[in-house]
Amino acid sequence: MILEVDNLEFSYSNVDVIRDVSFMVEEGEIVSILGPNGTGKTTLLKCLNRILEPKNGCVIVDGHDAAVLGHINLSRKIGWVPQHGNASRMKVYDLILLGRKPYFRWSPSIEDYKKVEEAICLMGIEELSMRYADEISGGEFQLVQIVRALAQNPRVILFDEPTSSLDIAHQHQLMTRIRTLIHSSPMAAVLTMHDLNLALRYCDKFILLKDGHIFASGGRDIINSENIREVYNMEADIIEAGGFPLVVPV
Amino acid sequence: MVQLKLKRGSENEKLPLYSQYHKYRKQKIVFLFVSIILLLFLVIFAASTGSIKIPFSKVLNAIFTLKTNGTGRIVWDVRMPRILAALLVGGGLSLSGTVMQSVLRNQLASPYTLGLSSAAAFGASFAIIFFDAGTGTTSTILVSNSFAVAASAFGFCLLSTLAILLLTVLTNISAESMVLAGIAIGSLFSAGLTLMQYLADSVQLASIVSWTFGDLGRAKWQYLVITALALIPVCLLFFNHRWDFNALDTGEETAIGLGVKTGTVRVLGMLASSFLSAIIVSFFGTIAFIGLLGPHIARRILGSDHRFLLVSSPVIGAFILLAADTAARTVLQPMILPVGILTSLLGGPLFIYLLIAGRNK
Repeated sequence: MILEVDNLEFSYSNVDVIRDVSFMVEEGEIVSILGPNGTGKTTLLKCLNRILEPKNGCVIVDGHDAAVLGHINLSRKIGWVPQHGNASRMKVYDLILLGRKPYFRWSPSIEDYKKVEEAICLMGIEELSMRYADEISGGEFQLVQIVRALAQNPRVILFDEPTSSLDIAHQHQLMTRIRTLIHSSPMAAVLTMHDLNLALRYCDKFILLKDGHIFASGGRDIINSENIREVYNMEADIIEAGGFPLVVPV
Repeated sequence: MVQLKLKRGSENEKLPLYSQYHKYRKQKIVFLFVSIILLLFLVIFAASTGSIKIPFSKVLNAIFTLKTNGTGRIVWDVRMPRILAALLVGGGLSLSGTVMQSVLRNQLASPYTLGLSSAAAFGASFAIIFFDAGTGTTSTILVSNSFAVAASAFGFCLLSTLAILLLTVLTNISAESMVLAGIAIGSLFSAGLTLMQYLADSVQLASIVSWTFGDLGRAKWQYLVITALALIPVCLLFFNHRWDFNALDTGEETAIGLGVKTGTVRVLGMLASSFLSAIIVSFFGTIAFIGLLGPHIARRILGSDHRFLLVSSPVIGAFILLAADTAARTVLQPMILPVGILTSLLGGPLFIYLLIAGRNK
């Protein structure tokens, strides 16, 4: 088991946002956290790598308790891809080199540059590497953020709404790359998503969140009309199209 | 298993992207060297320029032989304290501005905009009125006990910084709350300064107004030594955190995801940059815009990588202030203008130009 979450709780000013959340993620799995707006998807994701400190509960990553790993060691285990990263005036290569920061104290070693080069080549963004990050497109920047997370050499990568600012073609390109990457390396991914159809097509497991707790979790079968009605308060049919399940609101 | 200790030349062949990156990094290093050499040329030019022109050869001779008679006396006793003050003040304010902008993630953060200058001016006027530090007069500056005034200005600067930090700790140390707290506290001290001016008699009022003109003419060797001694640990601290500042530039969450303790870096960065600016402002008064111009010009030329920015920004800040002070000494000869007036006068339009040029780009 690469990631274990047990009874996780989080609250903002004594208002419970996440309650009693437990789930497990295995190597090679892509798990999507789904649910309506304001249900705590991103908050839950941020609790996993302690961007937010959970009130209670435990996150075990690669056999280690995240609470005692410390910031640096945790960042060697979990990579983070934010929804809106800041494209500062640095070369793409510099931004990706930051992914090696958890591994060096004073300045990067040749080994760090090797890992950066490997990560860039793995995602095929060689032509972007010497461009300024604030001069590339949103889709390209999203790829750069993923490559930076890859350079961290993590066991788990967390994606917060990775496709939210992309057009339909780029959404599918990005999700295909994420799936290929996770299925071919000793890693796992946890991502938050709004688009149920995109999640159904590319993810392996699903967590349906309602009011900060898990309403249902499991395989594709949990995305059914009944659960969608309960969680999203909306009627929908699940049909099959092109070999993939498709959620169609009615 | 890859060998760690390989020769860089053979590595470059195996890592084509690293090779390109290495060339790009070299260009930045060359730029830094060139800008430092230009700054040294400006130092020699400034030492030779003034009411008495001194040939470059004599300036160099005086500098390297430490001769303090004849032209050496003009160079070492009159011009060099002022030149070194320009380098330390310009460099220090730009360095502080660079770090404040990074840890607060706000391009407008600087010792001036965060209200430190207001706190220092209030502290100086407080000493002038209540400690009787400004009733004596000299021909140029109406401040008799300049150390008492500087100490009071420094004390209120620190008080202002601690108040900002206390307020932000109460609100979870977010960058936005730090900026707002700085503006609010700066505004309080501005009101206090107005009250002090209202209470002051005419000599005290003249002393207060004279103090608020940022002026490098106040440079004494003691001031320079104290400022230089403050710069050393602050520079080391900032350079030690250069990668943390780079991570913070990519956003708070990403920085935490990269293992940076953002709260600690923010508080340390603010404390050190405020401490440095407090010393500078307390000795030399309000010198606006240098804390913004240095970092902004450096960012435009070299990008936001703090490994280079923390060197280029102070070099550019020192260059601008030395050029401005040399102009302030010579433009209206024999009158010597306080450089603070010139930086505000030229800094404003230059900053607007930078903003427009940036937008068009």
